Amino acid sequence: MRDRGLIYSALALFLGLVTFPAWHNLSAHVTGKGPEVRLPVNAKQCVAPVEYMRTSHMNLLIDWRETVVRTGRRDFTAAGGKHYNMSLTPTCLEQCHGARKDFCDRCHDYAAVSPPCWNCHQDAKAVLRSAK
Amino acid sequence: MKLYGALIAVAAISLAAGLAGSVGALQPLLGIGVPYCALAILLVGLSWRVIRWSRSPVPFRIPTVCGQQISLPWIKSSRLESPHSTLGVIGRMGLEVLLFRSLFRNTRSRIDQGPRLIYGEAKWLWLGAMAFHWSLLVVVLRHLRFVVEPVPAVALWLDGLDGFFHVGVPVLYVTDIVLIAALLYLLVRRLREPQVRFISLFTDYFALFLLLGIALSGIWMRYFARVDAVAVKQLALSLTVFSPSLPKNLSAWFFVHLGLVCTLAAYLPFSKLMHMGGIFLSPTRNLANNNRMKRHVNPWNYPVKVHTYEEWEDEFREKIEAAGLPVEKH
Repeated sequence: MRDRGLIYSALALFLGLVTFPAWHNLSAHVTGKGPEVRLPVNAKQCVAPVEYMRTSHMNLLIDWRETVVRTGRRDFTAAGGKHYNMSLTPTCLEQCHGARKDFCDRCHDYAAVSPPCWNCHQDAKAVLRSAK
Repeated sequence: MKLYGALIAVAAISLAAGLAGSVGALQPLLGIGVPYCALAILLVGLSWRVIRWSRSPVPFRIPTVCGQQISLPWIKSSRLESPHSTLGVIGRMGLEVLLFRSLFRNTRSRIDQGPRLIYGEAKWLWLGAMAFHWSLLVVVLRHLRFVVEPVPAVALWLDGLDGFFHVGVPVLYVTDIVLIAALLYLLVRRLREPQVRFISLFTDYFALFLLLGIALSGIWMRYFARVDAVAVKQLALSLTVFSPSLPKNLSAWFFVHLGLVCTLAAYLPFSKLMHMGGIFLSPTRNLANNNRMKRHVNPWNYPVKVHTYEEWEDEFREKIEAAGLPVEKH
């Protein structure tokens, strides 16, 4: 009986928390526009179709890693017959995509994914800088 | 029939959502219309239930306790099990909501040879319930990464903690395993224990299958079918700012997951799942056991017209005295 104020305050708090994404995003002027990725300038074709890479690039990279580490073979033949050196920094980054923050991190940060690749592999720019 | 009916219902919802999701023309309905409707039903329905509960009269303290009530100073009272103060009630409710204290006391009884009645502990239900509810909370909070931009620190932190073991890519979440294991345990327990199976209703199975379907479709989507997470977030963000736009590359598996989640949201206010709000409004738990310490006057007591003995005596004083009968007041 005397607890109605408390109950309604708690209910309002709950409703506020559940709808928090709406309040937050509306006040921060968030839109449904996705992350902007800097596309490679000197290459038109990835090692696999874009639709596959968009959702499953991690599987390809894990396959590459296991092939290289277990068999030592570094040659990858793409569907079109083109050959690639299976290597994250020299092939993916330095040949096409550039620094990871311009490409990889854009979507990874957007979707809050922090893959452990960079615990070992080096960023393209860092390599270039240290080489100079 | 209750079991298979629930299973068929959840399978039919999944199938319908998946089929509709693979038809381009139906995607806006499923990706925009249904989520808005489901969320509206959840929020309005839940508020309606809580407001209705808040209007029910609680004239007297009716806590069910299992501790010594406060009485004489030299009798030790149990402050948490039989609280007499608001602080104690908060502690008791905290234990109940966060740690399922009352379920921890679950016992089992069986008749042994003799015949002899034997009571024993039964903690598995408590463990299964804890594993399920806490995993579900972590899973729900982890989804903040899809609906809030920039991603809140709590979601990042939970994500890191949950993927602590760094198994595979995408990183395996511990709560995914725990959630499925706990749900399967709760389902198997319901099916294997004859007494529990006997009292199980359609809604019991339906809730379990629905949650299992949500968890399995989510796991399938993340680890095996690999839905485009960026497109999912684009849709989610556009929904939160009320300018919905549907990205092109959403797979049917995402719509299965979304359809099941929307079903759960819309079903929640009308089902036993309302215990989410109901636990806070249980008069047997949220009231202090101070029936003897404080006088609780029924707040809607009707002002009754009474005629006291003194008034009666005044009215008939002459007649009583004339008859020689004793009176209180001379």
